[in-house]
Amino acid sequence: MNTVDTVVHLVYLACATCFVLGLHLMNAPATARRGNQLSAAGMATAVAATVVVLARQHRITAVAVVVLLVGVLGGAIAGLVTARTVKMTAMPQLVSLFNAVGGGAAALVALGDAVERSDVPAALPLRTTTTIVLDLFIGGLTFSGSLVASGKLAGKVPGRPVVVAGGRGLVVLLGLSAAAVAALFLTGHGGIAALSGVTIAALAVGVLATLPIGGADMPVVISLLNACTGTAVAMAGFVLGSTVLIIAGALVGAAGAILTKLMADAMNRSITAIVAGGYGTGDEQTGGPATAAHGTVRETTVDDAAVQLAYAGKVVIVPGYGLAAAQAQHEVVALAQALSERGVEVSYGIHPVAGRMPGHMNVLLAEANAPYTQLKDLDEINPEFARTDVVLVVGANDVTNPAARRPGNPVSGMPILDVDKAKSIIVVKRSLGHGYAGIDNELYTDPKTAMLFADAKVGLQALITGLHAYA
Amino acid sequence: MSPLLLADITVFVLALLVGFEVISKVPATLHTPLMSGANAIHGVILVGVMILAATTTTTVGYLLLLIAAAFAAMNVVGGYIVTDRMLAMFHARRESRS
Repeated sequence: MNTVDTVVHLVYLACATCFVLGLHLMNAPATARRGNQLSAAGMATAVAATVVVLARQHRITAVAVVVLLVGVLGGAIAGLVTARTVKMTAMPQLVSLFNAVGGGAAALVALGDAVERSDVPAALPLRTTTTIVLDLFIGGLTFSGSLVASGKLAGKVPGRPVVVAGGRGLVVLLGLSAAAVAALFLTGHGGIAALSGVTIAALAVGVLATLPIGGADMPVVISLLNACTGTAVAMAGFVLGSTVLIIAGALVGAAGAILTKLMADAMNRSITAIVAGGYGTGDEQTGGPATAAHGTVRETTVDDAAVQLAYAGKVVIVPGYGLAAAQAQHEVVALAQALSERGVEVSYGIHPVAGRMPGHMNVLLAEANAPYTQLKDLDEINPEFARTDVVLVVGANDVTNPAARRPGNPVSGMPILDVDKAKSIIVVKRSLGHGYAGIDNELYTDPKTAMLFADAKVGLQALITGLHAYA
Repeated sequence: MSPLLLADITVFVLALLVGFEVISKVPATLHTPLMSGANAIHGVILVGVMILAATTTTTVGYLLLLIAAAFAAMNVVGGYIVTDRMLAMFHARRESRS
């Protein structure tokens, strides 16, 4: 190992350190942005070091240089434009899309490496063939699975669980056949044809495994697929003998796995149940106008609700999935401002999993310039409900269901916002349809609750108008 | 098993443990940006694509290389920018308080 090689190796190690420190800094809001920038700096350095390696090797063909540059330029521009222009509400599907292309790239690296080595007569060592197969399979299923997940979140693929007849059996069958073909490849038969078979099986598994999972579970699925991409990248590191790929890939694999668990816990769901699928619809508006099982529901009008809000002393707004889906974050902040100007004390009660992804609601309200001081998390806001005159629930469902305090139902034990402790409650919602847990919300039949049936955006706009007209 | 492979496996396992440890306690507020940030880190596959480019000489290989390069670059560039955009909003929010 000469000096330059040693330096390059140390530089890669420094880059890996940047990734670890960067992720660590992202644990707290105050340092998160710096953490991401440190991680990006590490990435730029790793790419620069690789340029030095390639330049010194003199092995790369001119065509490969051009192909590489064209590809990188095209991809970078596509990434830049979409990342800059994406609406904050569309964030989850974009993260999923970036995850898809990452997994795809990892799979293609394995395939490309196998193609280039296929004309070499000497048998590949088992460590290479094994990791090629693993990389291809994990990367392939991540690619197709993330695309389906992204489509579901964007509404291009139905968010409801799509149950393919015998789908689960088919997944197992495809997995087994992929393993059989892989075994063939590992014993030195089949070559590229066998690898193509593994790739096709992986792509099919990704689609079939993701389709039956409900839209609301998608964030957890994306996080899981994120962990898969990390693992695929680590496998690519084994194939190419690149330590920085192994470290970064393993890091993301482990971090993604933990994050998946944290998210699933926050949603009161087990990862196994999520992957099994067939649960929840994701879009509560598709739940249909089901009638409440017991008790009666009181309906209110925009004017009554506006007056009630205008003459309240303290209002807490509880935004949920419906608000994010209707992209009504600007309307809700405008309403809060109008109320504040009238001297009403306004704050937001934000459940950890409100929005389309854990933590998403904070991003959305921050985007709409909601003052920081008004954003309260679960522990901060719950003691305040008892002295709140009106709670305005916008598109939130299960996170307000008092049934969570009792055992024996799907939301049991889930931390909820104690909305029912307030003096009165107004719920803006499209229908009495079920939320993610698929059960009736007892809050809606509470005598203190009035329902305002409207789309979050339209309803809030009407409330703002009503506020100016009547109060 | 070669010493090289053993060393690689060691690094892999230790990096897994570091990954578990580093994300142990993160507030739900940061779940989305963190996921996006981790997503950007696996864009390091771009380095892998570049290493692959050094040994690519066939037409099929070039085709695979082109797609892989585009995918990896999109992952890394888009991933970091979108994460930064999200985190910048958290920053602005803190400023508005002061």
